Amino acid sequence: MNNRCDVLVIGAGGAGLTAALHAKESGADVMVLTKEYPTRSQTCMAQGGMNAALGNAGEDSVEDHIANTLKSAQGEADEEAIRFMCSEAPNAVEWLDSIGVCFSRTKDAKIAQRTLGGASAPRACYAQDYTGLKILHTIYDRCLEADIEMRNEKYLLGLLKDKKGSVCGAEVLDIHSGEVEIYEANAVILASGGYSRIYDKNSTNSTASTGDGIAVAARAGAKLIDMEFVQFHPTGLKNSSILISESARGEGGHLLNSKGERFTNELAPRDVLSRAINNAIQKGEDVFLDIRHLGETLIDEGLPQERKLAKLYENVDPVHEIIPIRPVAHYTMGGIEVDHKSASSVQGLFACGECANHRVHGANRLGGNSLLEIVVFGKEAGKNAALYAKEHTENREQISTLTDIQKIKEYENSLDFYVKKEELGNLFYKNVGIVRTKEQLKEALDAVKEIKANVHKYGVSDKSKEYNTNFVEFLEFLNTLDVCEAVVSGALGREVSCGAHYIV
Amino acid sequence: MKIKIQRDENLVEYETGLESATLLEVLIDIKHHSDKSLAFSSGCRSSVCGSCSMRVNDVEVLACSYKVQNGDVITPLNNMPVVRDLVVDMEKAYSFNKKAKAWLSTLSSGVALDGSDEKANELQSDCILCGSCYSACPVYAVNGEFIGPFSLTRAWKYVSDKRENTEQEKLGELQQDGIWDCTLCNNCTVVCPQNISSKADIEKLRMKSAQYGFMDPNFSSFGGGFGFDGSPSF
Repeated sequence: MNNRCDVLVIGAGGAGLTAALHAKESGADVMVLTKEYPTRSQTCMAQGGMNAALGNAGEDSVEDHIANTLKSAQGEADEEAIRFMCSEAPNAVEWLDSIGVCFSRTKDAKIAQRTLGGASAPRACYAQDYTGLKILHTIYDRCLEADIEMRNEKYLLGLLKDKKGSVCGAEVLDIHSGEVEIYEANAVILASGGYSRIYDKNSTNSTASTGDGIAVAARAGAKLIDMEFVQFHPTGLKNSSILISESARGEGGHLLNSKGERFTNELAPRDVLSRAINNAIQKGEDVFLDIRHLGETLIDEGLPQERKLAKLYENVDPVHEIIPIRPVAHYTMGGIEVDHKSASSVQGLFACGECANHRVHGANRLGGNSLLEIVVFGKEAGKNAALYAKEHTENREQISTLTDIQKIKEYENSLDFYVKKEELGNLFYKNVGIVRTKEQLKEALDAVKEIKANVHKYGVSDKSKEYNTNFVEFLEFLNTLDVCEAVVSGALGREVSCGAHYIV
Repeated sequence: MKIKIQRDENLVEYETGLESATLLEVLIDIKHHSDKSLAFSSGCRSSVCGSCSMRVNDVEVLACSYKVQNGDVITPLNNMPVVRDLVVDMEKAYSFNKKAKAWLSTLSSGVALDGSDEKANELQSDCILCGSCYSACPVYAVNGEFIGPFSLTRAWKYVSDKRENTEQEKLGELQQDGIWDCTLCNNCTVVCPQNISSKADIEKLRMKSAQYGFMDPNFSSFGGGFGFDGSPSF
C-alpha cells in the first residue's frame, strides 16, 4: 500500500474535504485520513445555515456581515481575515450551489436566507434544517468525482518531522488491524475538528470531537491560541445536551422561565444569551424554549429535526409543549494558530476548520459563520498546502520518535478513565464554563494535573489488537487532557472578561 | 432491563439500569460500566451522522433513535463483513457511490431553482449513508456487485437535479447491476431512518431510462433466455 502523497489531509469533515478538493485542483497528489468514515463528522450536525451577504431575503451587504462578525468577536479577531471570509462568502455559496447543494429557495427562485442571532439581516443560506449534512455530502460526492483517496478508521497518533523541524508526514493507528502506519507527505493539513467534548456529556457535539489534531499539533510544537474561548449554545436539550438549532429562535421561538415569562432577547449573541439562561438557572429557575406559537405546519416544514429530537430525548412534543433546555458546550473558537495562508507556526503544517484558529470568530462565533469558514478557509488551506508541497518535494529523513502504543496499552488498569472523563467534563462545565472565577479555574487546573500525574493508572482493560474502541477512546482521553490544560491555562491567563470567556 | 448483543457467534446478555433510554445510551452504559471490550460505532447522537446503524430483533435501526425494550436482541448490520461485535465494514457499500458516479456532472452557477425544483430531490439529499438499506436488501445479499439502495437514491438525486444536463450518460452507469436488478420489495424504504424510498427512486430511474431508450434486460430475455443460436442472451 502506497502511503506517500504530496498533501496529507487529516479529517474528512467539510473543511478537510474542501481542502483536499482544492489541493488536488492545484495539482497536488492528495490523500485523506479520517478516524471515522467521511460524512460522519461534526459538519453534518450544523443546521442553522451558512452566512453570505446575498441580500436575497432583505437588504444586506458584505460590510454589514463584516461589522456583525467583528462586533461578536469582541475585538479578538483579525479584521483582515474576517474581511476576506465575508467577501468570499457569496463565491463560496455560489460554488456549493454549482456542485449541487440542495439549498432552500425563495419564491423568486433564489437561495433562501434567514436571520440568525447577531446578524443585522437575513443572511444564513440553508438547506431545510440539514444545511451541514447536505453541504458535507455534496462536497464528499465531489471528492469521489475528483478521485481523491480517502482512508477510513485511521486514528492520528503524531506528526513526523524532518531534521529541519518541518512536518513531513503522520503516524496513525489503523483501528481495524491495530497496527501503526506511517504516511509520508510534503505537507500536512489538519482538519480534525474542535474540542467541545472536553465537557463530556455537557456538549452538543459528536462523541468524536475530542481535539485530537490540536493535541497532536501542540505536541509537535505548533502554537495554540485563544483556547479559553468556548461557545456555549443557549439551547441544548436539558438532559441529553442534544442541540436545538438557533433557527428555532430565528423563526420566532421564545425563551421562558419557570413562571412562563420571557426574560431575555432571544436573538442576542450566543454568549450573552447563554449567560442570561445560566443566570436564571443559577437562581433556581427552569428554562424552556417555546415554539408552540409557530404552529405545527411551520414546525414540520422548517424545524422537523427539532421536533423529532425533543420527542425522542426529552419526551415533549414542541407543537404542544415547551422544551426544557440549558446552555452546553457547542463550538470551540480556540485552536491551532494559523496565518492568512492557513499555515501553522510549524513548517509544513496547515490547519483549517474548527481545529484551526484563523481568528475570524474571536471571542464569540456568530451562527452561520462556521460552515462559511470551513468552505472559505478549507479552500485556502488546500491551495496553500499544495503550493508549499510543490516547493518542498525533496525526500526528507524523518527524525521523530514514534508513539509507543504498546507501552500505553500496558498501563495498569486500577482507575477507570470513563469515570474520570465524566467527572472532568462536569468539573469543566461548572468551573471552566459559562461563568468562571479564578479559584474555580485553579481547581480545574489542579484536577487536570493530578490526572496527568497518575495517567498510567487509568489504562485500558481491553488489551486486544483489532478494532479496540476501549483503547482508541483512551487515546482520545489522553488528548483531551492536553487540551483541557491548554483551555484552563488560557483562561487563567486572560483576566478580563471577553465574549465567551466571562470571569468574575 | 435485559438485552442480548451478538458478539462473534454468541448472544451475550447484559443488564442495564437505564429506563426509557435510547439503544445508544444503553450501549455506552454497558461499555462504561460492565464490559469495556464491547465494540460499536457512534457519533452525533441525533440521527444525522449514520454511524450507529445496527439491527434490533432483525430490523435495522439507528441506535441513537431507538428506545430499548426489555428482551431486545441486538445484532450487526447484514450483508457486510462484521469487524467486531456491532461494527461492520462499510467500505464496499460506500464504494457504490463512486461506481454510480453519484455527483453532478454539469457544473454551472446561478441556475434559477424554485421551490418545486428544491422539492424534487430534497428528500433524497437527506440520506445519511447509514447503510440500513444495504443490510435489508435481498438483492445485495445475493449479488455483491449490485449498486444498492443508497447509491441509486443518490444517483437519482443528481439525475433529477435541474442543474444536471447529462442525464442519459448518468443513467447509462446504472443499467448493469443497477436499477433493473431491484425486485421492488420495498425493504429499503421500510428500514430507512430518513423516510427515503430507494425503491421509489429506482422506479423513477427506470422510467427515465426507458425515456432514453434503455431497456429492462429481463424483458429482452423473456421466453427462455436464449438467442436464436442457442447462446444465452443478456
